[in-house]
Amino acid sequence: MVSSGDFKKLDKILLFDNLATNNILNDFIDSVLKAIETQVRRSSKQQGSTSGFNNTIIIGIKEGGVPLADLIRQSIKSRFKIDCEIGYIDMTLYRDDPFSIKKPIKSTELPFNIENKDVILVDDVISSGRTVRAAIDEIFDFGRPKSIRLAVFIDKGGRELPICPNFIGKKIKAGKDGMIHVDILSKEKRVDKIIKK
Amino acid sequence: MGEGKKDLISINDLTKSDIYYFIETAKEFKKISLKDIKKVPTLRGKTVVNLFYEPSTRTRSSFEIAQKRLSADSLNISIPQSSVTKGESLKDTILNLESMKPDAFVIRHHESGAPYFISKITKASTINAGDGINEHPTQCLLDIMTIMEEKKDIASLKVAIIGDIYHSRVARSDIYGLSKLGAEIYLYGPYSLLPQFQYSQNVKIASSMEEAVKNADVIIMLRIQKERASYYFIPSIEEYRNFFKLTQNLLSLASKDVMVLHPGPVNRDVEIAGSIINENKTHILKQVENGVAVRMACLYILLGVQKN
Amino acid sequence: MQKIIIKNGIVVDPITKTEIKRDIYIENGVMKDFSCKKTIEDVETLDVNGLVVLPGLIDMHVHLREPGFEYKENIKSGMEAAIAGGFTSICCMPNTNPPNDSKSVNSFLLNRAKSINLINLFTVGAISKDLNGSSLSNIGELKESGAVAISDDGNPVDDSSLMARALLYAKTFDLPVISHSEDIKLRGKGVMNEGVVSQRLGVVGIPAIAEEIAVARDVALAKYYDARLHIAHVSTKGSVNIIRQAKKEGVSLTCETCPHYFTLSEDSLLNYNTNAKMNPPLRTKEDVIAVKEALLDGTIDVIASDHAPHTEDEKDTTLNDAPFGIIGLQTSLPLTLKLYNEKKLTLTDVARLMSLNPAKILNLGNRGAIKNGFAGDITIVDINKKWTFTKDKIKSLSKNSPFINMDFVGLPLYVIVNANLINAN
Repeated sequence: MVSSGDFKKLDKILLFDNLATNNILNDFIDSVLKAIETQVRRSSKQQGSTSGFNNTIIIGIKEGGVPLADLIRQSIKSRFKIDCEIGYIDMTLYRDDPFSIKKPIKSTELPFNIENKDVILVDDVISSGRTVRAAIDEIFDFGRPKSIRLAVFIDKGGRELPICPNFIGKKIKAGKDGMIHVDILSKEKRVDKIIKK
Repeated sequence: MGEGKKDLISINDLTKSDIYYFIETAKEFKKISLKDIKKVPTLRGKTVVNLFYEPSTRTRSSFEIAQKRLSADSLNISIPQSSVTKGESLKDTILNLESMKPDAFVIRHHESGAPYFISKITKASTINAGDGINEHPTQCLLDIMTIMEEKKDIASLKVAIIGDIYHSRVARSDIYGLSKLGAEIYLYGPYSLLPQFQYSQNVKIASSMEEAVKNADVIIMLRIQKERASYYFIPSIEEYRNFFKLTQNLLSLASKDVMVLHPGPVNRDVEIAGSIINENKTHILKQVENGVAVRMACLYILLGVQKN
Repeated sequence: MQKIIIKNGIVVDPITKTEIKRDIYIENGVMKDFSCKKTIEDVETLDVNGLVVLPGLIDMHVHLREPGFEYKENIKSGMEAAIAGGFTSICCMPNTNPPNDSKSVNSFLLNRAKSINLINLFTVGAISKDLNGSSLSNIGELKESGAVAISDDGNPVDDSSLMARALLYAKTFDLPVISHSEDIKLRGKGVMNEGVVSQRLGVVGIPAIAEEIAVARDVALAKYYDARLHIAHVSTKGSVNIIRQAKKEGVSLTCETCPHYFTLSEDSLLNYNTNAKMNPPLRTKEDVIAVKEALLDGTIDVIASDHAPHTEDEKDTTLNDAPFGIIGLQTSLPLTLKLYNEKKLTLTDVARLMSLNPAKILNLGNRGAIKNGFAGDITIVDINKKWTFTKDKIKSLSKNSPFINMDFVGLPLYVIVNANLINAN
């Protein structure tokens, strides 16, 4: 865990400023929406209705995926006038790294049935893929979704598992000890690379 | 939690913020029990030995379920206490089990201090599931959790603890935990079953049932055991119920939204009127529900401590 | 070694109450006057310049565990521990297996001691057969075969009428009765002093009144029947007060305490320390002060160790499960010398409490003082020696002491007993 006090000892390098971050973000959401659009069209062709809209669920991985998931949901709502169900997942209890590194547990909030749904799993940064693995495992404890697609804002490489995001905002190379910090909640959005001294 | 605290032996070992950390964690675990698949893989590959030297249904099954929901492997050992035949020494039992590399011991023992003794000879986490007349820390935590679900802040509450305080490990842990969080505690029972020495400023001895329950926000009733009569602590169960039972009338003196707790198993119409339970005026079943969550939290927190 | 002169020691004599530098002469195990003699032939000389010469110390309350519990201690190992503690005589309590309630066990003990031939062993016989508290043992036979007192130590005599008869019957044979005064029903399942510490640890306590009620009863019996009573291991302020008052009234009463009761309080049991578990239990700080005061004002006559060996395994368990008792032979004098170093006791007091009074109470013949014609039992102490009581220094087979790693000032260097000079440390 990095507490705010520790930040002072860390090197913080700005990767993308507000403008750049906004651009990546717009492209990223666009790519997700396009995919849903095709999905929606396809399902309405099949069933002759708009039921496909309702079949999509957005799940954000805590904490970084939460604002992104909210953003994607907002965009869907404004473009398709559809209120997707949204949930959040905290995969602490499903981690595979040494258990002794303890993290406080946060709530997983999936207050709906995920059986046969099309899930879009959202996180801010992907590297090894282990977080996503844990999140998928947890989702399956809640039911059997029809599909899961993965949307990640920053892919910093270094995959250790065969996991490939369906949607990526930006690929960068950060190195092993480079931590990526995404901030899209502040007025001035930014992406930083943080290197431990 | 303080660094390296691998054991939960006494509520006295916990700080106020430790207690809140246990409760906050337990709240999250409570949600797992509400899911369809009531299981997370968190403690996969961990082995927990439940070593019970005393019969127990509730605590034991609660710990077992907690372990199962966390995907730990449980080993259940009952060693019924016997004063006549003395088998293997406690130390040898632990050392032998230790060789099988368990990650935690959950201990219920008829001797006060047994879990403390065990924690000194094992590298595994030791969780006190009730020792003699000493302590029952997980019961205290689940009581606090149950109270906090309705009362938010413990600090200003009047808590009455009534019955066999002297022999009650629940009472002792509750006294330590609740007084640490600032509750005002009133103890009541026959003097033969009350503590001899003062605990702290905010723990008082009430002079009557009425005084104890009047305006109480929480009433914790304790189980009275029939054996107490044979050592002269009380004359008889019949007499006990006449003077120390929580009745509807007494309950009406308490605060409007009083919570009635009991660690179980209940002797209906001995320490508490059956009708109070039947009319759902108690939180006994809530306590049991929270017990699983609290024990999951304990296992999660204690087993996560880095060992040297 | 038939003749020995101990030169230049500071000789402490509790009868004349003197502490003076002088020489003493022992011939065939008996102290002799040699000032008139010009020359003595074949004499050995031990120069103890700077050391203190005490009359041989006597521990009147020791458990040697033989027969029956030789894995805890035996007569020989107990004697070796006694020597390291500066004792020339010890008295063993009868709670062995079989207990010392008959001539045969008593003779066995004395014969064993004779064959070991180290220091003096005196025996305490049982009050009741098999220590069962319900019928008197053959007290006359015990006396005849050498017992110096009777006691059911460890198993307090619950039945007041039995205690009354024991006092009266023993009076016939001029045997003192040593009482382990405790109300066993009040003790119940208690494992330590009943107080804030027992409440904190959540263990059942033994109230001070369990001792005081029994002391009061025994004192009342001794007074009523005008019999000789010695109260063992006094540990509470209340007991001290009862005894002080009774002595004023002229009751033929003596008593002892143990070093741990004037050194440690119940606080030593925090952390469930089984090596601080004994019976009577360590009491409150107030009791510790009261016991010290009673040593100074003469209410307490004797310091005895209540040496009670139990193996490490027996003690390595919960507080409930561990047996009562600690070893004490090697720490008894050093702990008493702490009171000397604190200027509470004089060396004469030490000699009185640890030698003269036990000898008087138990009628141990001419012992307990430095006097011509008395037994040549001598303890020679370096009272300035700084040392630490480490576990490897323990001579006893058992190591159950709360004083391990404690620092001391004062160590016995030699004992002389039965015409033998023995290195103590």
